[in-house]
Amino acid sequence: MTDRLMMNRRRVLASAAGLGLSVTFLGRPALADTDGALDKRKLVVVICRGGMDGLSVSPPVGDADYQGLRRGIAFKPEDVLKLDGTFGLHPALTSVHALALKGQARIAPAVATPDRARSHFEAQDVLESGSAQVYATTSGWLNRALEALPASRKAQGLYVGATTPLILRGKVQAASWSPGKGVDETARLPTLLQDLYKTDPLMGPAFARGLETESMAQVAMTAMATPVEPLVAAGGMAAPGMMAASAVGRGGRAGRDAARKLGATLAGFMVQDGGPRIAALSLDGWDTHAGQVGQINTRLTYLDAVLSGLNTGLGDEWKNTVVVTVTEFGRTARANGTGGTDHGTASTALVLGGALKPGGIIGDWPGLAQPALYENRDLAPTLDMRGLFKGLLGDHMGLDRAALESRVFANSAEARAVTGLV
Amino acid sequence: MSLPSKDIMAALAVTRFGLGARPGDIAGARRDPRGALIDQIDGRGADQPQDNPETAAQRFVAMRAYQELRREARDDGDPRTVAVQQANKAIRDKAAADFLARARLGASTASSFRERWALFWANHFTVSGAKELTAVMVGPFEQEVIRPYAFGRFEDMLVASTTHPAMLTYLDQAQSVGPGSLAGARNGRRGLNENLAREILELHTIGIEAGYSQADVTEFARALTGFSVGREDEDRAGQFVFRENIHEPGARTLLGKAYRPDQLGQGVAILKDLAAHPATARHVAFKIARHFVADDPPPALVARLEQSFLKSGGRLDRVALTLVEAPEAWEPAATKFKTPYEFLISSWRLIGAQPSAFERITVPLIGLGQRGFSPPSPKGWSDMAGEWCSPDGLIKRLQWSQAFAAVVADKLDPNEAASAALGARLTAPTAQAVARAETRREAIALLLMSPEFQRR
Repeated sequence: MTDRLMMNRRRVLASAAGLGLSVTFLGRPALADTDGALDKRKLVVVICRGGMDGLSVSPPVGDADYQGLRRGIAFKPEDVLKLDGTFGLHPALTSVHALALKGQARIAPAVATPDRARSHFEAQDVLESGSAQVYATTSGWLNRALEALPASRKAQGLYVGATTPLILRGKVQAASWSPGKGVDETARLPTLLQDLYKTDPLMGPAFARGLETESMAQVAMTAMATPVEPLVAAGGMAAPGMMAASAVGRGGRAGRDAARKLGATLAGFMVQDGGPRIAALSLDGWDTHAGQVGQINTRLTYLDAVLSGLNTGLGDEWKNTVVVTVTEFGRTARANGTGGTDHGTASTALVLGGALKPGGIIGDWPGLAQPALYENRDLAPTLDMRGLFKGLLGDHMGLDRAALESRVFANSAEARAVTGLV
Repeated sequence: MSLPSKDIMAALAVTRFGLGARPGDIAGARRDPRGALIDQIDGRGADQPQDNPETAAQRFVAMRAYQELRREARDDGDPRTVAVQQANKAIRDKAAADFLARARLGASTASSFRERWALFWANHFTVSGAKELTAVMVGPFEQEVIRPYAFGRFEDMLVASTTHPAMLTYLDQAQSVGPGSLAGARNGRRGLNENLAREILELHTIGIEAGYSQADVTEFARALTGFSVGREDEDRAGQFVFRENIHEPGARTLLGKAYRPDQLGQGVAILKDLAAHPATARHVAFKIARHFVADDPPPALVARLEQSFLKSGGRLDRVALTLVEAPEAWEPAATKFKTPYEFLISSWRLIGAQPSAFERITVPLIGLGQRGFSPPSPKGWSDMAGEWCSPDGLIKRLQWSQAFAAVVADKLDPNEAASAALGARLTAPTAQAVARAETRREAIALLLMSPEFQRR
């Protein structure tokens, strides 16, 4: 690959940052694998920040109460991508729907964290920490999952993005990468700095992991097969906050390309020998209090593009992969007075992957009849998100049940693991 | 609790309380480090980055005009006409100029504690360019809400924030309609939006630990209906207006207290009670201590600030003084990890210069995950080391430091620069690494990336 092409790819990816996209991942060690197939298993967690409206992700067009609650922002049955007699997918989720038709994507339509405060920040804390109580721990459940992996499959961490999300903070030092110029880890300056940081418990491990990841990044970028056209809306020169807005206004083709390439680059990391097997990715902008139809269409277009990029980029490894998209809470069952929805409770999780067993919805559908609504306001949760995570970590990633219950999701007995998904 | 030496205190005054040392700053603060900070507390407010700046109202009108132009172009089938693109650039340039002016003030001011104090409050009352209409009003919001009241009363800042067009658009208040109001009764499709009410309770005032209910949020949202912004075709275009016809009539009960019907006065009365609530004092005290001193701040410091806030009736000049006078705030070990903005501004201060163009500062900030004027949520930017000291973040800081050093190093004596930047906080290993560097560029990059320069 020429330098110029590489720079273009980096620029396209850099623009993903302007869309509120960031990727986070944890990896496996370069140690020999002794657990056979388990050693190939991959898990990607997509966090949709801001409170994603599940009733827009998988509109329950067959539910008798749906149209009445959603009024002007409701989908007509013929406008959604049909899943079954009750549910469809949002029309922007074309890649997800194609996978669903192959039995490689399912929905959990009424999932929630154990938090009920309807605060973004509390609910994200609970989602990422895996605790039942808010601010109970400063480590994330994906980090503790790595810690709990058996010695033969001990993983090291890696994430892409400029900041560290809680879900990956903890004892295992995660590596990280985001598009940029690249650093030669053998150069003099990095070596001198490693020396300067050798007694620094925060900067030392973080810097060392950052250097290691740079070389892997080169391979991941090279692995991106699609040629890249120069991007007009490259984030760098735009005024603060204006880029995302202008991308929305034009239907966001540039954003969609950036999102797909981000997914493909993440896949490029994951398919490498010794590459990460556990990843987390954030997509923000879901707090749709007003005029939500257009915003959600744009965000779901990006989400679909990221998932599509992952799917195609992983190639053969897709069969070893499960991707789960979750949000901190759903939104009110009724549309509010400003064409949007306010903070609610249950939402939809998407579960995708070649490792997934085909099947219907995950968890029960409580329905939208007024007595079924939580506090006469929100879609009621029927599934604790921790149960979904525990099931996937146990069945798919092969984590020990006892470790899951005691260390990764302590005090989560009431959230029974959802088994049999893979 | 004893205080550290004058030398350490001088370095802390400039780098922890302030935004970093310009050449000579630490030496200048040595005689009376606390006094140097106290002198910066100014009842007239924080400094304004620009003379005769545009107002939020002017920006609102300009953005509306641009949006109208774009809509017409779209209706005509070509949304990317030259006129639209020029208008887009003109309006983006305004926001860019605001941000550059603020960065230049931060890099150049002799009163950088005052500036940090203002930045803290701007982050407390976050408005973000993540929303198009709000994006051009972030700078004016700081000018009109934050800076004038930075050393005034918290209550005044809260009311100013809650009645400012940037906040009213950012958190969707402007369109919230009381279902029982005249307009609500006429059009059943319009109704409440509780976004601003919830975030005022959770983020601006009492905090979620205070334990309010969904009913409190909804009641507050009802009380706030009518808080709106003048449309472009109205007299008060782009300014706060109270719209009686969308205000939910009736008495409200919030946190156990009844509020009689009083139009605009009802919402203002609630805001004043929230400002005076003990939970607000606690919430604000903790955030100040966390921002200035440690991610897990000393409880004794939080208690002092809380008392100061309560006793003074939320006078922020008194709270700032309490912070400076608190011995816990002068702990010699620096644990606060600089945010990207703080890191970049302190680097310009180190060389006694200012960013010369918007691109110089916005491009690295985007790479470091802190796009200017665009916090990702109403909670504002994180203050925590765990968030910013990431592997990728450090690599990006190194890349920027190398590029910065390549431009500036040849004019600097690295040993002098290290001493001037960190004073008594400079450690032997860093001093040695700087002294032994092969080139000035290497020396300056090492200094910028040193553990003590990355912290404050």
